[in-house]
Amino acid sequence: MFQFLQNLGKTTRSSFAKLGRASFFLSHTLTGISDVVPRPNLLIKQVYSVGVLSFLIITISGLFVGMVLGLQGFNILSDFGAEESLGVMVAASLVRELGPVVSALLFAGRAGSALTAEIGLMKATEQLSGMEMMAVDPIKRIISPRFLAGFLSMPLLAALFSAIGIMGGHVVGVGMLGVDDGAFWAQMQASIDFQEDIMNGILKSVVFGFVVSWIALFEGYDAIPTSEGVSRATTRTVVNSAFSVLALDFILTALMFGDI
Amino acid sequence: MANSASPEDNIVSISNLSFSRGPRKIFDAVSLEIQRGKVTAIMGPSGTGKTTLLKLIGGQLAPDRGQIHVDGQNVHRLKTRELYELRKRMGMLFQSGALLTDMSVYDNVAFPMREHTHLPESMIRTLVLMKLHAVGLRGARHLMPNELSGGMARRVALARAIALDPLMIMYDEPFTGQDPISKGALVHLIKSLNTTLGLTSIIVSHDVQETAAIADYIYVLSGGKIIGQGTPQELQQSDSEWVQQFMHGDADGPVHFHYSAPDYLDDLLASK
Ligand SMILES: Nc1ncnc2c1ncn2[C@@H]1O[C@H](COP(=O)(O)OP(=O)(O)OP(=O)(O)O)[C@@H](O)[C@H]1O
Ligand SMILES: [Mg+2]
Repeated sequence: MFQFLQNLGKTTRSSFAKLGRASFFLSHTLTGISDVVPRPNLLIKQVYSVGVLSFLIITISGLFVGMVLGLQGFNILSDFGAEESLGVMVAASLVRELGPVVSALLFAGRAGSALTAEIGLMKATEQLSGMEMMAVDPIKRIISPRFLAGFLSMPLLAALFSAIGIMGGHVVGVGMLGVDDGAFWAQMQASIDFQEDIMNGILKSVVFGFVVSWIALFEGYDAIPTSEGVSRATTRTVVNSAFSVLALDFILTALMFGDI
Repeated sequence: MANSASPEDNIVSISNLSFSRGPRKIFDAVSLEIQRGKVTAIMGPSGTGKTTLLKLIGGQLAPDRGQIHVDGQNVHRLKTRELYELRKRMGMLFQSGALLTDMSVYDNVAFPMREHTHLPESMIRTLVLMKLHAVGLRGARHLMPNELSGGMARRVALARAIALDPLMIMYDEPFTGQDPISKGALVHLIKSLNTTLGLTSIIVSHDVQETAAIADYIYVLSGGKIIGQGTPQELQQSDSEWVQQFMHGDADGPVHFHYSAPDYLDDLLASK
């Protein structure tokens, strides 16, 4: 029992210490962003590797999620004779929830893990300390552009996911199950609110992009500089990002849509 | 003694330095001086803390006690910005090379110039080719670091360390992994950088021969202390057993080849 309390105390203390390091890291990263602005090449290269290379997985996943939504939605709505509302259902689920959340989870798996491994390996091979000795701040030169790229890419990827998902729902609902094309779009346009749905969805993905990029880069920077340390850090990135995204989604949803 | 010069002549002065890694004392009240414009060698058995000493001088590690002054500034009292300014005047060749793996050899050498100067690309090209030529790798400029051998990577790192024409260069084991021809060329290069540009060089090395050939002054470290110092000739003639063992590479003597450990036989027979 005593042992247990002692371990608990130790774990708590090291978690707080880590949180402190993470906050310091974040503020350092954010101040470095002003140095990225005059050097757009650094950013473009990272937007390519973080954002553009996630296109494929986001597109394909979006398509399938939309198609499943079309199928399931049709089954339920047709019980009430409300098949025409399929467009609303598909679009609302995607824009409000599945777009930001699923694309953030995919982003953490695709881009976040890659960022952690890259930074961790740079640390293990002394590239980061080599840079320090060349009087180049590795956080400003390496971390800040990646952070900004992740933060900017996430809302775009989420929007892409939702757009492709809606097409997927349309293919299944209108193309295969015979929902009226005009009704699908008209009802969607009438019921999806710009402020309530679209802006809130974008806001969610902005928050997720911030958090996932932060976690991924910090885990890499804080990794123990060995192969095992880097592999553990990569796992932690995916797990912690998933937890954070899902928990934050609940909190944001409660604030935006709930009357709790 | 050769090192009784006035303080302004010392580019690095270390006084009373103590540093520990966990319970292990790496340095115990070490004081040493590096003269401006000279080649100073730091020698000692593997694991005594030579790399650690260079990292302390570069401000990447902080001492537990004692002070390190570089070019008149107390390294560990500087603000981050001032430390970075100071580092622009120091070059460091890492033991592992520490090349940036996502850039070609050319871009690696150009990296410090692109970060710290506003030189036009044409000028950078000329400078990069000059530096690469000096280490014999002008023809390898399109290769990526993973396509280099260990010895080549270290020479590229050397070209990068001299890219900004620093005041002082710290070489961590420049000769390791070099064939005899490159070794000779590197000895020559280090010496000529030192004489033509007036650079101060700090060399960490195990290669007694090569080091003795270029060093003006040598410090021998062991067990957290300086166990010998002097010009190469003085050390060759030193009557200290420690220094003699080191200069001649004997396995037996006061310096231990083994990391401190319990008695061998006890260790083998002990059940865990
Ligand atoms: N990151 C670290 N954490 C803990 N101990 C370390 C670390 N780095 C080095 N040490 C310890 O510090 C001591 C000195 O290491 P250092 O790398 O400075 O040795 P060295 O003199 O450069 O050896 P070599 O000639 O083999 O390069 C070693 O005993 C090592 O065990
Ligand atoms: Mg070393």
